[in-house]
Amino acid sequence: MLIDDRVMNGQERISFRLRSLYSEYGYERYRMSKFEEYDLYSRNKDFLFSEGVITFTDTNGRLMALKPDVTLSIVKNRKDTPGEIQKLYYHENVYRVSAAADGFREQTQVGLECMGAVDGACIAEVLKLAAESLKLCSDRFVLEISHVGILNAFVDAIAPDEAVKDEILTCAGQKNLHGISRICRDNRLAEGAEDALKQLLSLYGTPRTVMPKIRALAEEYGAGEMAAELGRAVAGFTGSEIEDRIQIDFSATGDVKYYNGIAFKGFISGIPGSVLSGGQYDTLMKKMGRKDRAIGFAVFLDMLERLTEEDDFRA
Amino acid sequence: MLNIALPKGRLGEKVYAMFAKAGFECPALLEPGRKLIFDNEEAGVRYFWVKPSDVAIYVERGAADIGVAGKDILLEYRPDVYELLDLNVGKCRMAVAAPAGFKDDMNRTLRVATKFSRIARDYYTSIGRDIDIIHLNGSIEIAPILGLSDVIVDIVETGTTLRENNLNVIEEIVPISARLIANKSGFKFRTEQIERLTEGLRKEVQEA
Repeated sequence: MLIDDRVMNGQERISFRLRSLYSEYGYERYRMSKFEEYDLYSRNKDFLFSEGVITFTDTNGRLMALKPDVTLSIVKNRKDTPGEIQKLYYHENVYRVSAAADGFREQTQVGLECMGAVDGACIAEVLKLAAESLKLCSDRFVLEISHVGILNAFVDAIAPDEAVKDEILTCAGQKNLHGISRICRDNRLAEGAEDALKQLLSLYGTPRTVMPKIRALAEEYGAGEMAAELGRAVAGFTGSEIEDRIQIDFSATGDVKYYNGIAFKGFISGIPGSVLSGGQYDTLMKKMGRKDRAIGFAVFLDMLERLTEEDDFRA
Repeated sequence: MLNIALPKGRLGEKVYAMFAKAGFECPALLEPGRKLIFDNEEAGVRYFWVKPSDVAIYVERGAADIGVAGKDILLEYRPDVYELLDLNVGKCRMAVAAPAGFKDDMNRTLRVATKFSRIARDYYTSIGRDIDIIHLNGSIEIAPILGLSDVIVDIVETGTTLRENNLNVIEEIVPISARLIANKSGFKFRTEQIERLTEGLRKEVQEA
């Protein structure tokens, strides 16, 4: 029996379309329990979007949590696959503290993870799928791509202190160049040391327009190889019909403690925050004793609630 | 159309003059009356007056693409927005003030009255001082006089109000001024217009 999609709301329609898209690319559905041992989250607090976790004591006395995150569970529950690539997608609810709700809120995510011998081709495919996911929601989208390694190389060059580095990265995420100058001045960092970082943060636009300048700038800071990696990851967009929807922007920093390479965010016109977020998290894999590399992203379906009927999720 | 939220009051008028000079004029804005929203289709802008502490909410939630908010509000509420420019107007400082002759007794928890709980908490955490926050919404200066608190954390412009209430600044926390902020998503779709405005304002800040 065919399902009449007129009975679905916009979010349900988009979730099925995303799942079809990921299946077409060879991603397999990964299902998981709603609960996870709390210990997993207490050890990896930095990876969580929000501080709070809903906990309860199970019948056997173990402290459990309602999942605030999907990726951590996948990393924990799967084994390394040396030399192979494992492609997974999920459609799950997570339970997080929401500032807007002033309390916990159930949020629905559809996302994917590519794990194992992740190479440049995998990274390019994940970026392509991120862009395709946004396009399924609306034509008026922007996929903003950054490279955490490059940004860190520039920040490391000016700030030796971790606390100062964190402050600078916060400013970078806000495009707050005057704030970076002030931090450097207050901490008596070498005058003009921040100029290159400010230049890097000012270079945003389509890969075709900004990549040559980024390569030249990154060379000077020993980040040439990472710039080449970024260039290869986005090369597939050049000349494509969505080329102008792809932007390199180093303010999309992500969580630098876990994301180590490409990090990205997706935006749709008319929706105030990012509707998609992802990146490479080899550092998290390593921390959890895995040798595999990994990259993934999630689409926040709740953010799409306000898309108007005219957009109608590309109906 | 670029939606711009301006803070009601003297600061807003001063900032609007900067926007107009940068080529984003909307003369109807200054006409007396109770209207709060003003369009200039030719210049591609729509201005609206909102309560200064609400500007960041309008921008974060996307009702405004850009706006002007004090650094105090940005530090206190930490909205997820871009902070594009320090407009160098509305300058003041966030400071700790205490009655004349105050001496901090380290054996007791310091009682701090403030409208800016987060800024006060962050500041005292950074210096390792245990405090008791008393959140007030106004007339902060009377809290130490009435014995409600030991010190206050508040915005100090000229210091006149403090002096009149026998209070002195004992520590400066952070300098404050008006900032140009932008919605993160709006910025992606109106980049050119927002950049043009930012550059126009930057020139004015540099020339001032």
